[in-house]
Amino acid sequence: MFKIVLFSLLSLFSFTSFAGEAELNSANTAWILTSTALVLLMTLPGLALFYGGLVRRKNILSVLMQCFAIAGISSVLWLLVGYSLAFGEGNAWIGDFSKVLMVGVTKETLSGDIPESLFMLFQMTFAVITPALIIGAFAERMKFSAVVIFSGLWLLAVYSPVTHWVWGGGWLGQMGLYDYAGGTVVHITAGVAALVAAVVLGPRKGFPKTPMMPHNLTMTVTGAGLLWVGWFGFNGGSALAANGDAAMAMLVTHISASMGALTWAAIEWKKFGKASVLGAVTGMVAGLGTITPASGFVGPGGALVIGLLAGFVCFYSTVYIKQKLKIDDSLDVFPVHGVGGILGTLLAGIFSSAELGAFSGYGFADGISTMTEQVMVQLTGIGATIVYTAVVSYILFKIVAVMTNGLRVSEEQEVTGLDLNEHDESGYNL
Amino acid sequence: MKLITAIIKPFKLDDVREALSEIGVEGLTISEVKGFGRQKGHTELYRGAEYSVDFLPKVKIEIGINDDLVERTIETIVDAARTGKIGDGKIFVTNLESTIRIRTGETDNEAL
Repeated sequence: MFKIVLFSLLSLFSFTSFAGEAELNSANTAWILTSTALVLLMTLPGLALFYGGLVRRKNILSVLMQCFAIAGISSVLWLLVGYSLAFGEGNAWIGDFSKVLMVGVTKETLSGDIPESLFMLFQMTFAVITPALIIGAFAERMKFSAVVIFSGLWLLAVYSPVTHWVWGGGWLGQMGLYDYAGGTVVHITAGVAALVAAVVLGPRKGFPKTPMMPHNLTMTVTGAGLLWVGWFGFNGGSALAANGDAAMAMLVTHISASMGALTWAAIEWKKFGKASVLGAVTGMVAGLGTITPASGFVGPGGALVIGLLAGFVCFYSTVYIKQKLKIDDSLDVFPVHGVGGILGTLLAGIFSSAELGAFSGYGFADGISTMTEQVMVQLTGIGATIVYTAVVSYILFKIVAVMTNGLRVSEEQEVTGLDLNEHDESGYNL
Repeated sequence: MKLITAIIKPFKLDDVREALSEIGVEGLTISEVKGFGRQKGHTELYRGAEYSVDFLPKVKIEIGINDDLVERTIETIVDAARTGKIGDGKIFVTNLESTIRIRTGETDNEAL
């Protein structure tokens, strides 16, 4: 009898003591652990192979190396200060130094109902892929030293603050900006920095007259496939839970990727008479990048339209930037990721509407009641991210250029290739 | 002795090899080469950007042959490799001074 009373008292006590705190949810934790691995797979080796196949044979290793180096740099910086600047309480503009080196975070510390160490790690994989995306713009001509310094500075000066604005409790998030998995944070920042890089560095020697064909499209398609699969973790994991939000985010991600691939290939088929493999996989990446900000807020019907528009808009942007403006954004980072991110962030404000019949989403942000209002917030997010990223990236390139005595390798080194000149290795000794 | 050098379309290689075996040609050497003639090159499209490729892949066949087989060999290659379309290739015939079989040291016609 005494034991039962004691047990009841204890359970009552324990109930009251835990009532105010979240408990670890094992299902959510398991899914985010999995998602984290999937997102890292997107960079290593997904993006590395995707980009690697697109450059010429003499530069394959430089691209793989840049991806691996950035994975290391971003991870270390994220632990040292990046995570704290992004997710420390801080103010509306930037976090603080309270989580430097994860001080005070133990195995038991939770972020929501998953371990904070896991949340930090999941976010770290985003901090890895974002600067890695920029590589495509300056591929085949930038000094390795300049890549290393720029990527590190950019992570802290651009990625961390913008992440804080949107996801870390900053002003855009408070305003109700819909960016589920990184339309502004990842794709617009990377895309705009890429465009700035292409303009600041100037074109590769011989562009646009000399053919600079992809040296191994098999590699590119392999990488693209890994990106598609990894994106399930990118968008599905951004629910931070194993629930219906995650499932729907994954479904719309898949539909948009499919539509993007079909659309791009169809345009080529109609315009040039053949559907190309590179076109299909590029359309797929465009579909994935574009659905990213919208993924948790729209339904499958909306995703069909988003994927379709992604294929169209990104295709014509690519042709326009490279062939009309003659900007050598070598692997088309801006027209695919930047434009996709802008388009998707905008469309998130439209297709989140619950009143579009079969194309409905799951409603606007708290406190926002009309589509106009949501779209205005989306446009504010897009505009602020573009302007901030462009200005800071430009300044960083100028600073790095002084530090490394020029951003580019010499003309001779560019012609003979970065692999031999920057790394003393060659990719193929067949 | 003559050296016959034929540049043909790669997909015709098997036909040519079979036809040559039938008339008694007992050895040949091939290499994958690139070049252009009247066919010029072709264009490739990557993300809507058109690149012209000046050199097309071809197969080069080299055959050292006794004088009495030269005409038949040439006819056979022409028959087997011809599609009638531009880009079918060319045959060059050059005089061959001497031939040595490495294993036995035999020379000239015995070595062929």
